[in-house]
This record gives sequence, structure tokens and C-alpha cells, in this order.
Amino acid sequence: MLHEPSAPTAGQIQMLREKARFIRLETIRLIEIAKVGHYSSVFSCAEIFASLYYDVMNLRQGQASWAGRDRFLMGKGHAAVGLFPILADRGFIPRELLDGYTRLGSPLGDHPDMTKVPGVDFSSGSIGHALSNGIGMALGGRMQKLAFNVFVMLGDGEMQEGQVWEAALFAAHNKLSRVVAIIDRNGYQLDGKVDDVMGVESLRDKWAAFGWEVHEVDGHNLHDLTWLLRRLKADAARSKPACVIAKTVKGKGVSFMETEPGWHLGYLAPSDARVAIEEIMSREI
Amino acid sequence: MTQAFSPDSWQYRALNSVNPGLDFLSDALIELTQAGHPVVAGSADLQYSNGLNRYAAAYPDRYIQFGISEQNMVSAAAGLATTGCMPFVATFASFLGLLCCEQIRMDIAYTRLPVRLIGHHTGISLGFYGTSHHATEDISTTRAIAGLTVVSPADGHQLASAIKASVDWPEPIYFRIGRGRDPDVYEKGHRFEFGKAIVHSKGSDLTIICCGMTVEPALNAARQLLEEGYSVGVIDMPTIKPLDRAAVLEAARSTLVMTAEEHNVMGGLGSAVAEVLADAGAATRLYRHGIYDEYSLIAPPTALYAHYRLDAAGIRQVALEQMKR
Repeated sequence: MLHEPSAPTAGQIQMLREKARFIRLETIRLIEIAKVGHYSSVFSCAEIFASLYYDVMNLRQGQASWAGRDRFLMGKGHAAVGLFPILADRGFIPRELLDGYTRLGSPLGDHPDMTKVPGVDFSSGSIGHALSNGIGMALGGRMQKLAFNVFVMLGDGEMQEGQVWEAALFAAHNKLSRVVAIIDRNGYQLDGKVDDVMGVESLRDKWAAFGWEVHEVDGHNLHDLTWLLRRLKADAARSKPACVIAKTVKGKGVSFMETEPGWHLGYLAPSDARVAIEEIMSREI
Repeated sequence: MTQAFSPDSWQYRALNSVNPGLDFLSDALIELTQAGHPVVAGSADLQYSNGLNRYAAAYPDRYIQFGISEQNMVSAAAGLATTGCMPFVATFASFLGLLCCEQIRMDIAYTRLPVRLIGHHTGISLGFYGTSHHATEDISTTRAIAGLTVVSPADGHQLASAIKASVDWPEPIYFRIGRGRDPDVYEKGHRFEFGKAIVHSKGSDLTIICCGMTVEPALNAARQLLEEGYSVGVIDMPTIKPLDRAAVLEAARSTLVMTAEEHNVMGGLGSAVAEVLADAGAATRLYRHGIYDEYSLIAPPTALYAHYRLDAAGIRQVALEQMKR
């Protein structure tokens, strides 16, 4: 590593914490409009979103299609309700769009659509494609001499899709070191615990065996997560793609969601939403 | 010890390297690259089957070997296209049209990215390799994907001109091509227009609408039928989607319209033509000739074409039967 980046300061962490809180609150607000949505899928990756969009990624405020921007792709596209408020906050889409979330004709649905939403770097919704899309982008960036990084957030259940491993082979073989895959390891998928539905462990060994540099981190610890991502981005000497296994808690930030996996998809009536909001407002993550 | 091989022995790479029919794709891509287009070619362990080894040798930095990972190839091609590259990715038509159907829909058509998919060895052209390698459903699957253009060139010259014309075509494209051994129908420099049929001849008794490898035998069949006193027209329909509706309705002036395709009669060119005729309320009878909703047999390609009556003699025979019905 040529320039070891500095660790995030207390002030930076506080800012990121507020952004993660904003993402959780906006998720509740938008799901109230839709009357259904993926709360806990966003809550497990709210810190990952915050760290990437407000610290790690090279972005230009208001310039969604700046060619040099770092790219972000979401294998777990159902967490898009947490991404849209960020895109508005970064000036890529008008804030008013959020108010019509999922309404007839809205560009904003449960999954992100790049043809409708500026700032969405690639559409998703069918689990397992995103890493392939991302490695294509990284390869294109290398060919077109554009020095951008590609961050691909994957669900842990997504590891069950065979195409992920095709992409993993390809990225290592082609030394796509600008690719960083972040696995939101919250342990749950629709039908239950990932380990019960179709075990994916050992993730560390699997990704290492596929030729990736593997890191494990607490996905809610903004300091450790952000510092790791900063270092991976700055590491120009690395020849391998990097995999970050972010250990997270499904529904993090709202106690009754942390203990009940059914909140993967659901709706909180206003009285219950108030309980969740109060906890998000008062709790430090 | 060096083995002295009989001149009758052959091996795959060497044989394919001297198949001039496989040069069309690479040569067209080389020409586009020389003209400054940001071409990127990719294949999934089949560069000697589609001839892209020639492109790979000319532009090793612009050729991507994906290995046996077709779905990854299609999705990655979409990612490449977002960076301004012009990706052409190729594998067997059976794999593209079926194995990668969802990647094509989600990552290429839904996203409207200008990716060019090349499905080669269409229909039953892989002969004795068997049903797993036959592509008799790929028109059906790709035609049903919104925003995807579907092109089935009749020979290498039409393929080359369609590839070159594709730089000005904004939609993603699925090209379904043969095995590089198709007889010439057109000449070098043939002009290709997306969405335009090529009317070879008009006839009052019968019009044969065909695409891909059936064009040459259909022209031969029509020639014989003309000599036998029938008025037979032939229309080459290289763009299956968007279909040239006007050409279909023009063909409906004949007593009988017959489609000929190396594909299941369900969902393919015949179905596309049927939709136009039914929508327009045309009274003309249509006969859809092709593979009749069954799994094709194992045999060398020429034997299969004869068996399924997709060669000139077979098309003539089917046409006669239908005209006399």
C-alpha cells in the first residue's frame, strides 16, 4: 500500500452514524407510503450504505453519471428502499420523488432500475447477477482507462446462486483488483436462517479458495468498516479482488426486528412504526 | 515419437481454423475495431467454434475468454456496455436462448444496453451432438423479451453486413447464426437493413417466408417449383423482431403462405408471421414448416435437414403437399 489512509475521525464517524439513522428513518417513511417493504434487509446494511455513499466512494454531488465515479451494485436489490433516500440526498434524484415511492408511474420500486433512476449504477432484482455485472464494469473501466472502483453488495443467501461463483472465478483470474464484494452476512433469508436453508460457510475459506483477498469486519462498526474500505480502495498494489464479509444483524437498530426474522418483509402500522422510530432516534449503533 | 497421421485424420481446432465460413464474424469485428468502434468480443470456451480466435489473435486486449460460464458472460457483457464498450459475446444458440434467457432479459434487454449476443450453431446444425446442442427454441425465447432485436442471417455475407450495421442500431441484438458452413445466398457488400425483409420473388400460388439456413434451400425449391409451373415467391426475413409486417401482408396476396425455419413451429418465425396475418384479418392460409414440437433426432446435419424436410427437396415437397391440399 503506497498511501496508508488515515482512520476515520470521531467527527466523521458521528456524521456517518447520523446518515445511517437517516437511512433507517427514511426506510420506515417510504414503506409507510408503499404499505409493504424490506425493513430488516436495509437495517442490516445501513452502515454499509452510509460508509460507501458518504465516505468511501468517489462521487460528485448531483452528478449521477460522472464517468469517473465509483460504482455501486446491489445483488440484494430488495434493499433499494434504503438506497433511494441516499440518491436524493446526494443530489442524483429530486427528493420529491421519494414521496411517491411505488405509486403508479414512480421510477422507485422495491428493486432499483437504472433506466429510471439516476444514480442506480445497475438494475437488480434477480439475485445472483450483480457480481457479474460489476466485474464487467471493472473490466470495461480497465479497457476504457477509467480508474473507478466497483463495490458490489451481496446478500449471504445470494451465495447460493451458482452465477456468483462463475463471477468470483472470473474476477480472480482477470486480477480485477478494483472490485470489492461486500457480503451483508446477516444470516437470514426469506425461508429462515441461511445456515438452515442452504449453508454457505465457510465463506472466508470459499472466497479465499476462489482467489480473493478476504476480510471480515463488524458491519455495524462504522469505524472499522470505513477504515477497512478506505484501505481497500487505496491499495493500488493489490492484484486480487477483495471480499469483505460484513457480519451484521438483520433488523439492526429495532429490537423487535433483531429478534424476529419475519420482518424481512412486512408493514408497520403507524403506532408500531413510532416505537421503531423512537428506538432508532435514541439508540447509538 | 511423432505420430504420422493419416491425411483423413483431423482435429477440431485445425479443421475450424481453415473453415472460411467462420471468418465472417471476426473479420466484421476487426473491421469495426479498425474503424475505431470500441468493440469487445467474448466467448465461453468456444472461440474455435465461432471463429473468434481470429479476433482474439488480432486484438488480444479486446478479447475476453469467459470459460464455461455463459451466464456470467452475458451479465458481464452488460456491465462492459455501461462503460462505453461495444460488447459482442458468443456461444452456442442453445445456451444463449435457454440457459442465459433470464440474464438476457434482466441485464441486457430490461436495461436497454447495446450488447450484441451471437448465438451460433442454431437449429439442428450441430447434428449428432444431439438435442442438448440443438437450438430449436431460441427464437421463441428471445422474441418474447421486450426490447430485444432478433436477427437470423442467411449466410456469412449477410451476417457481416448486419454486424456492421448494428453500430447504428440502438437496441440490444440477438444474432442467431449457423455453423459457418452455410452456402452463400448473397454477395460480399450485401446491404443489410434492420427490420426489412428481402423479397427475392413474388408468386400468386405460394410465398415462402424463411430465415437463416432455410433461405438457400427455399430459393432452390422455389426455382424447381417455378419450372414445374407454379407461381412461387420467396421472402428472406432476416430480422424476426421487429418483423417487417408490410412484407408479410404483401405475401398474403398469394393463395398460400408457408414459413420455413430450422426451429420449433411454436414461437418461431412461423408464429411471428401468424400473429401478423391474424391481427390483420388476412384470409390467406398459412402453413408453418419446421420442427413440429418435438426433440430433434441424432444424425449428421445434412441427414437431419433431409429428415425434417428442411433441404431444398424437402421444402419443395412440403410446398407441393400444401398447395394441393
